[in-house]
Amino acid sequence: MIAEDVSSIDIIWIIVITALITAFTRALPFIFFRRRKQPECLKVIERDFPAMIMLLLVFYCLNSVSWGMVPYGLPELLCIFVVACLHIWKGNALLSIFTGTIIYMYFTNSGIITVLLTEIIRI
Amino acid sequence: MESQKTDPLLEAIRITMPVMFGYVPIGIAFGLLVTHYGFNWLYSVLMSIVVFSGAAQFIAVALAVSGAGAIEIVLTMLFLNLRHSFFGLSLLNKFEGIGRIKAYLVLALTDETYALITGHNVPERVSSSRFYAYVTGLDHLYWVTGTAMGALLGKVLNMNLNGLEFSLTALFVVLSIEKYRSAKTRFPFIAAIVSGIIAMLFAGSQNMLLVSIIIGTFLLLVYEKINNGVQTDDR
Repeated sequence: MIAEDVSSIDIIWIIVITALITAFTRALPFIFFRRRKQPECLKVIERDFPAMIMLLLVFYCLNSVSWGMVPYGLPELLCIFVVACLHIWKGNALLSIFTGTIIYMYFTNSGIITVLLTEIIRI
Repeated sequence: MESQKTDPLLEAIRITMPVMFGYVPIGIAFGLLVTHYGFNWLYSVLMSIVVFSGAAQFIAVALAVSGAGAIEIVLTMLFLNLRHSFFGLSLLNKFEGIGRIKAYLVLALTDETYALITGHNVPERVSSSRFYAYVTGLDHLYWVTGTAMGALLGKVLNMNLNGLEFSLTALFVVLSIEKYRSAKTRFPFIAAIVSGIIAMLFAGSQNMLLVSIIIGTFLLLVYEKINNGVQTDDR
């Protein structure tokens, strides 16, 4: 659908609203604690947050996978497994990331996992 | 890691490369979408410069086209972006006394930039403000470049970039492993697995990350409270 009724004034407003709210959520903690003393529990957050968020971002990336449908998220899980193994083995971040990404691109563009799975189900 | 003199810009380019491979194709998709809806290409680039938040931009455009009201847009954006506030909470001291660049670092903080600056050490003899500014600026540049490419050349390019965005997933996997290796306590990972699964099962896809962060934070604080009550020194 092409929205011809959305005028350019509207898109400017959308951009302004989105920009202001995004800026607000990013600046909020810094504004809030500008003059206030930081509570004790912030130490826990400062220490443990990066590790927790890193792993949560992996979950977030898997959020759009449809687990109930062929290929059942298998391309994603297999590639994450490859990235993790390669990284534990070689410890080279760029190598792990690019190898995993190339395999994933092959999986999605060739649909090979779907083909294999349907073959297996047929047998 | 390497103890040789590292050029901060080169090091920043090296660590942001996976983000480039994620941001450029997603930026192209965003630029394509905005021009597809019939808007001038400049709007998509302008939005990528001043907003710089992938999820928020896609949803804002979708809401605008579906004729959503201002209040609905404001509330959706607020919940979608509230996770940034949590990121900032753990960066208060890291960004302390960092100078005038702080405002830019705060306003351009994305999931990926947060992961990079908390997941990598600042190279030796390099000021952290300069290094963080390079990382943030490069990520921003990739996003805006991708958007402009999509908006201007999208139909001409016709490239097959399907799946390239997996480099962001892979980046988070690698950084999680690095974090796990250097971690003094395993609990943040347990908290992430528990809250991540709960949020994936019960939260809508738009709010999944925010919900999981709130549950995870709760778990972290409760665990700390119990642990401090039982033993005062566990490491």
